[in-house]
Amino acid sequence: MSNNNQGTLWEVFVQTKPGLPHKHCGSVHAPDKEMAIQNARDVYTRRSEGTSIWVVPAEAITASSPEDMGSFFEPANDKVYRHPTFYHVPEGVKYL
Amino acid sequence: METIKLQENFDAKIDRGDMIEPKDWMPDDYRKTLIRQISQHAHSEIVGMLPEGNWITRAPSLRRKMVLLAKVQDEGGHGLYLYSAAETMGISRDEMIEQLHNGKAKYSSIFNYPTLTWADIGAIGWLVDGAAIMNQVMLQKTSYGPYSRAMVRICKEESFHQRQGYEIMSVLAAGTPEQKEMAQDALNRFWWPSLMMFGPPDASSPNTAQSMRWKIKRETNDELRQKFVDRTVPQAEFIGLKVPDKDLKWNEAKQSYDWGTPDWEEFNNVIKGNGPCNKERLAARVKAHEDGAWVREAAAAYAAKQQQKVAA
Repeated sequence: MSNNNQGTLWEVFVQTKPGLPHKHCGSVHAPDKEMAIQNARDVYTRRSEGTSIWVVPAEAITASSPEDMGSFFEPANDKVYRHPTFYHVPEGVKYL
Repeated sequence: METIKLQENFDAKIDRGDMIEPKDWMPDDYRKTLIRQISQHAHSEIVGMLPEGNWITRAPSLRRKMVLLAKVQDEGGHGLYLYSAAETMGISRDEMIEQLHNGKAKYSSIFNYPTLTWADIGAIGWLVDGAAIMNQVMLQKTSYGPYSRAMVRICKEESFHQRQGYEIMSVLAAGTPEQKEMAQDALNRFWWPSLMMFGPPDASSPNTAQSMRWKIKRETNDELRQKFVDRTVPQAEFIGLKVPDKDLKWNEAKQSYDWGTPDWEEFNNVIKGNGPCNKERLAARVKAHEDGAWVREAAAAYAAKQQQKVAA
């Protein structure tokens, strides 16, 4: 990643309002974390889109693999009882 | 055998209208086509800063100067979103810059025309950004996820670009006879090159059919071009400017304009590198990159030193 002259690749996550989660919005190149966060501000929040920014070296992210998507998420497929709609509640009962 | 299954899976995704994401399997040609298209799109944003940058120091008022600075800064940002999207396909930023500088990668031929007067800045915002937006609105629905997301951001930001250009034109068109003439002259020079921005006619566009099949493109060059003419002609009439096309005529039956034929020979010639400013644009790009080398080196040296300190 540093065998070029563009620096490290950082993934950028921006929180658009206090209380909301940080959401991935793109990436920037920078030699260090201070410059990464300044570049991310200039590239991704020119119109006050953010209240907070995270930058993470792209190398540090481990992602699930799309080929295994089916089997990887399979364990959740047959567990409908994790959803409230699975349960029968007598008609007329409130606040449940 | 395995590849056939992967290909079927990919085709099914495209047919369903699912997005393709960076780690998904994709055919080599899909990857190649997108790397070419996205990197050329990025280069166009970056080179596109040059003709407008030419007028920042000479903008006629502080308001216009502020706006133009913000617009040019946006174009730089848009180039970066697109380089990022292209990098997810496995090409490095350095390779892309190298391909731009050695002439292997193209950028939009419109930026090889000079900006001779202030009205050209109006014409660029109104027509060039207008044409780009039409193309980019279509690309928001492109099948490659990172490209699509970059387009959504870009479209949101670019709507002011077109409006500020039209504002410049409408103010000039309502000004002195000389100012109106300047606006008309800019329209005369930028009209046809703007129509050429949509690319060659469908009949001679070798990549269109495959790009439509892959849902990289969702509308053809000619469809977008017609839409642009239909929307832009009334805008010109509204401010009293005349579109420089003697064949332009409203067609009541098809509820759309009939119009002339762009000079495709000129188009091909500019693409081949013989436009009025090809050499100047590329030279300015290469110079900016080389003049900035010491900044990249200093930043890298500083980062290495900081890391050594942490390690010690």
